[in-house]
Amino acid sequence: MCAGHVETVEVTGSAKGVDGWFPLERVHAVYDHSFHAQTEESLIIDFVNPDRGPGARVSVELSATSANRLIQAIQDALEDGERRHGPLQVETTA
Amino acid sequence: MVTHETMIAETVLFPGHQGDQISGYLARPMGPGPYPGVIVIHAAPGFVDHFKEVARKFAAAGYVAIAPNLHHREGPGDPDDVGSAVRAAGGVPDDRFLGDTRGALDLLRSLPYSSGKVGIIGYCSGGRQSYLAACSLPLDAAVDCYGGGVVAGPEELSSTEPQAPIELTQDLACPLLGLFGADDGRPSPEDNRETERVLESHGKTFEFHTYDGAGHAFFADYRPSYRQKSAVDGWQRVFGWFGKYLS
Repeated sequence: MCAGHVETVEVTGSAKGVDGWFPLERVHAVYDHSFHAQTEESLIIDFVNPDRGPGARVSVELSATSANRLIQAIQDALEDGERRHGPLQVETTA
Repeated sequence: MVTHETMIAETVLFPGHQGDQISGYLARPMGPGPYPGVIVIHAAPGFVDHFKEVARKFAAAGYVAIAPNLHHREGPGDPDDVGSAVRAAGGVPDDRFLGDTRGALDLLRSLPYSSGKVGIIGYCSGGRQSYLAACSLPLDAAVDCYGGGVVAGPEELSSTEPQAPIELTQDLACPLLGLFGADDGRPSPEDNRETERVLESHGKTFEFHTYDGAGHAFFADYRPSYRQKSAVDGWQRVFGWFGKYLS
């Protein structure tokens, strides 16, 4: 397969890369060739800050099952946390 | 095939598209030449070390090889980080690729140890780009390794890839070798049959080989897609092709 599909969302938050924490600007959800995972394609999630260069990136490569588990886990954690503790702040300070 | 055990391999700078200075990895045998040239086009995930190894493999076989870093402008950085940024921006624009490859071609032909004959080989997205270059630049031989998107419908075109290379087939000016995996989804065996049909209709010189038991990227010995039997046979065909048309 020689094709990639990219979905991009603007986000607010922080990520920890090889040089420490940095403020997030975007997340790319991608269906494309794996770089490291032992599958030909992966669901890749790149947490990036383009203003800080290509190295400001935290990346994961997931199987389809893992990606769906992660989606569910994010929804469960967010819903349960907000039910117990109230809504997350809409914006956070990086 | 003579093996050249001593070589020089290094990163060089040269003018690419619109005169931009870009980098490439140049590998050549140590000797007076004349040597034919090969342009090595890397895959979309990035200008990783594998493609420098490919350039050295050609040098050991008696070619002057250059692997242009098509992601030079988005760097510096780890190749996969830079490749990710390029992917998010929609990939390398076709016109920029052709300008950079024209620069690599001019560089190879200017070298005092060049024979003047230059071929191109590309892998994955580079296979599509190799087909595009073979239809657009004065090359002497081309190899497309599983380039997806040579055949592309309107929904697959974009601002960076505005035209399906198959539409340029009438301008193909050099012999073309295509190497594919039967289990690949893009290009699919149906895509390749369509490309063969168009090549035949224009009377072009070409050979296509499709390997059973192999999918996409079977040459990539750093990835799980590697298929040893297909890759070994494929390399023999590549050197046979360039030996025939670049000597």
